[in-house]
Formats: sequence, C-alpha cells, structure tokens
Amino acid sequence: MLVMQVKPEEEILSRVWGRRVFIFECFGCREVHFPEEKIETLVEKFKEKVIGKLSCDYLCRREFVQDYINEYCQEIERAEIILIFSCGVGTQVVSSLLEDKIVYTACDTLYLNGFQGLTVQDFNCNQCGECYLNYTGGICPLTNCPKGLLNGPCGGAKNGKCEVNPEADCAWELIYNRLKKQGRLNLLKRVFPPRNYQKIITESLLRKGV
Amino acid sequence: MSFAEKLNKGSFVVTSEIGPPKGTEVEKMLEEAEVLRGMVDGFNVTDLQSSVMRLGSLAVCHLLVERGLEPIFQITCRDRNRLALQSDLLSAYVLGIRNVLVLTGDHPILGDHPEAKPVFDLDSVSLLKVASTLGEGEDMKGNKLDGKPEFLLGAVVNPGADPLELQLMKMEKKIEVGAKFFQTQAIYDLRKFEEFMKKVEKYKVPILGGIVLLKSAGMAKYMNEKVAGVSVPERYIKMMAEAKKKERPRISIQIGAELIKGIKQLCQGVHIMPLGWERYVPRLLEASGLA
Repeated sequence: MLVMQVKPEEEILSRVWGRRVFIFECFGCREVHFPEEKIETLVEKFKEKVIGKLSCDYLCRREFVQDYINEYCQEIERAEIILIFSCGVGTQVVSSLLEDKIVYTACDTLYLNGFQGLTVQDFNCNQCGECYLNYTGGICPLTNCPKGLLNGPCGGAKNGKCEVNPEADCAWELIYNRLKKQGRLNLLKRVFPPRNYQKIITESLLRKGV
Repeated sequence: MSFAEKLNKGSFVVTSEIGPPKGTEVEKMLEEAEVLRGMVDGFNVTDLQSSVMRLGSLAVCHLLVERGLEPIFQITCRDRNRLALQSDLLSAYVLGIRNVLVLTGDHPILGDHPEAKPVFDLDSVSLLKVASTLGEGEDMKGNKLDGKPEFLLGAVVNPGADPLELQLMKMEKKIEVGAKFFQTQAIYDLRKFEEFMKKVEKYKVPILGGIVLLKSAGMAKYMNEKVAGVSVPERYIKMMAEAKKKERPRISIQIGAELIKGIKQLCQGVHIMPLGWERYVPRLLEASGLA
C-alpha cells in the first residue's frame, strides 16, 4: 500500500513560480492512493511554465529513469526546477541522476508498505510524512544518517566516513557537497524543528482488526 | 564567583570533566573532583559517555552541588525523547544545577549496549532551542511553566572538523537558539585552532579550548586514525614514543601545558578532559600558569 499526500499548495507554488518546470510523475503504485486529481488541479496553475512532463511507472528504477532522462535531456536541460510527484525513493533516484539540478518533491510519503523492495534500488524512504528532500539536495537525512539528524552532522565522521557505519559516507557531508555544488548552502542555515511523529500512519492506526 | 559570572566578565575560565562510575561507588570520583576544588570553575559531568551505561549525569551534578562544586550538566539526545529531556532539565534546575552543555550524543552502537534503541527525538540544535524556551517559562508546545529553569546553556564545536564550513553552519544555528559558550574537541594543532578562532571571532561567544592529555604514542595514533577532527602532530607523538613509561605523565603534562599556554592567547578558556588522569590535572594547571 502506498499513501502519499501533496505538500501544501502555497509551498509548491512558491517554489515553482516563474520558473521553467519539468515534471516527473510516477504511476507505479497509483492504483493504491495517488492524489491524481489534486495534482492535475495544481499543475493547471502554472501550466504555461511546464516545459515537459514525464509520466512513468516505477520512478524508483534507476536504469529506467536514466533512459527517460536521456530521451528528455533537452527539456530537462532547459528546466530551472524539476518537480517530482512520487514517493521519497523516486525523488532520491532523480536527484542522484540530476545532481546539478534543483529537484523538488511535491509530495510527502506517508506509507509504502508492501512496495519497498519491489524494484531494486539503493534508496529508502522513511515515510516520515514531512519529506525533507527539498532542503537536503535530494539526499534523505533520515534514512542515510544513523541518528536521523535534521540540523547538520553529529561531528563524528572521520575522513568523510560515518562513525556508526564506517563503510558509508557521512550523509551530511554528502548533503553539504551537493548543495555547495548547486550554490544552495543557504538551505542549511534553517533551524529545523523536531519531527512530527503524528504524521506517521502507523500499522496500529491502519489496522482494522486482526 | 560562579562560572556564568566569570564568563560574562570575560575572565579566563577553566573547566574539567568528571566521568560517573559504572556502579554506585562514588567516593573515588568525588575525591578526584575535590582535588580540583578552587582550581577549576566548573565540572562537566558526562552523560553516559561513549554510550556506556553508568551512573547518570543528573545525580552526579547534584552531588557536586551539595559539596559546593559547580557542575556543568551534560545532556545528550541519545536516550530520551522530548518529554523526558524537558522533564530532566526541570529536575536539574530544582536540584541546583545552573549550567547545561547540550550534545547530540554518541550512537548506542559505539557503547556497551549496542542493541539499544537510538532515540535522537531531538538533536543538539533543537534541544538547545527547547532549553532556551523552558528558560523563558514555556515548554516546547507553548504551555506555561510554573517556575522556569534559567540555565547558562553551552554547546560543543570541533575546530578540526572537515569540512569546517559545515561545522560552522551548525555552530551558528546553536548560537541562534541560545548557546552562550562553546567547549571544543581536543586541540593539538595550535595553528589550525588559531585559524578557527579567526573565523568564529565575529560570533562574540566564549570558546573553551579542549585539552586531552596524551597517555602514550599509541593513543595519539589511535586518535589520529579514529577521532573526528583530531590530528596530533608528529612532534608530540615522537615525544611520547621516546619517553619511558614512568616519564610519560611528565612529558604529557609538558605537551598539555604548551597547548594551554597557546590556547590562552587565542580564546577565553580551557576545558580539560582527563579521561582517567584526573590526578595529573593540578600539575598540568600549575605547569600552564593557571594554578
């Protein structure tokens, strides 16, 4: 089951307004709960700036997405912002393939159970319901930092490697490097409030009896 | 004069660190603190340092208060959610604790209970903000408090961190949400520390440079390999390697004193982390001209 919700309209419009937009829309799991109508109404409001749109199944499949990106490379090149309608995994895949582009997710992922692992990829979505990828260059601090820190690195990384898992790169250094490359380090100045765990739809809340 | 008063006055301050025991036997720890009475301005009490289960920082801070010694209550985000952290800050205040050092905390996997649930409901920045809010008389949800805990809040910074810019961004956030002083990771490279100080001067916040006494060349090499932002120069490693075992404390004190004298020219204080060598701290302070 996939449950997603579109971020607040004002937030999305303030991001895309006046910019050339290229849209990725994932339909892989749409039969479950994909706010399709809401997305249509929303995109209608800035349609004259939409220079291309790619609808596909399973945006989480990297090889697939790479092929699509090659196909649409001219439009993507011209776009000032890439807008994603998918779960957090799809957003991370596109961000990793378009490191120089501003990739913005329009959705918060609430629930992915049963779909994780359907396609093989390196990314994971924490289903936190308040997607942070727009502030972190498309690298998730919740799934990549063992402490899930929101306000920067813990300071334990040595030579760029995580103290908890020395095999892995420090997520915050990856975030820093990507945002620096994009000239968007100012995003890291924001003090993030603690997460809202009420946003998570838990198993227990969804279960309708045994 | 209290630690806060001295800091505000711009005096040079000296803090040391106390590691609570694994168990309930507190005499040795209290004796080690007693030796430093009158020599240091505050005692950091670590909060399950290195994620090893032991006696709590809150209780030990209170024991120090009872003895007229001034504690700096270290509080990490590893083990408590936002309810417990706020509650413990209230508890600390009623137990007479006035200084708090806020940290994110090590991950449990590095300690002696690696299977434990890592909490990290808040992080160092959000906990500082919460502590500031409590000091203004409200909890983090805006509910009014009956009596407010007004702490002197501190935080940590690693001058040797790479990339330093990322470290400074986090430091700025900490200042923005209420950090009034900083203690640093161990410093061995004074030139690097000087560069760091030039970058942070503009914040006008007191910095206490960190000192960890080298116990051996092996320890120095280990830190160079494993500890973030620490680089012990070859010269010090050589001095420790050439010293006979009996001579090591003397050489280590010599190195520490050299560093403290250098730090004294650059910032407002020094924070000594003895890591078991508490007995040498008086000699270190004497050799540094601080006793």
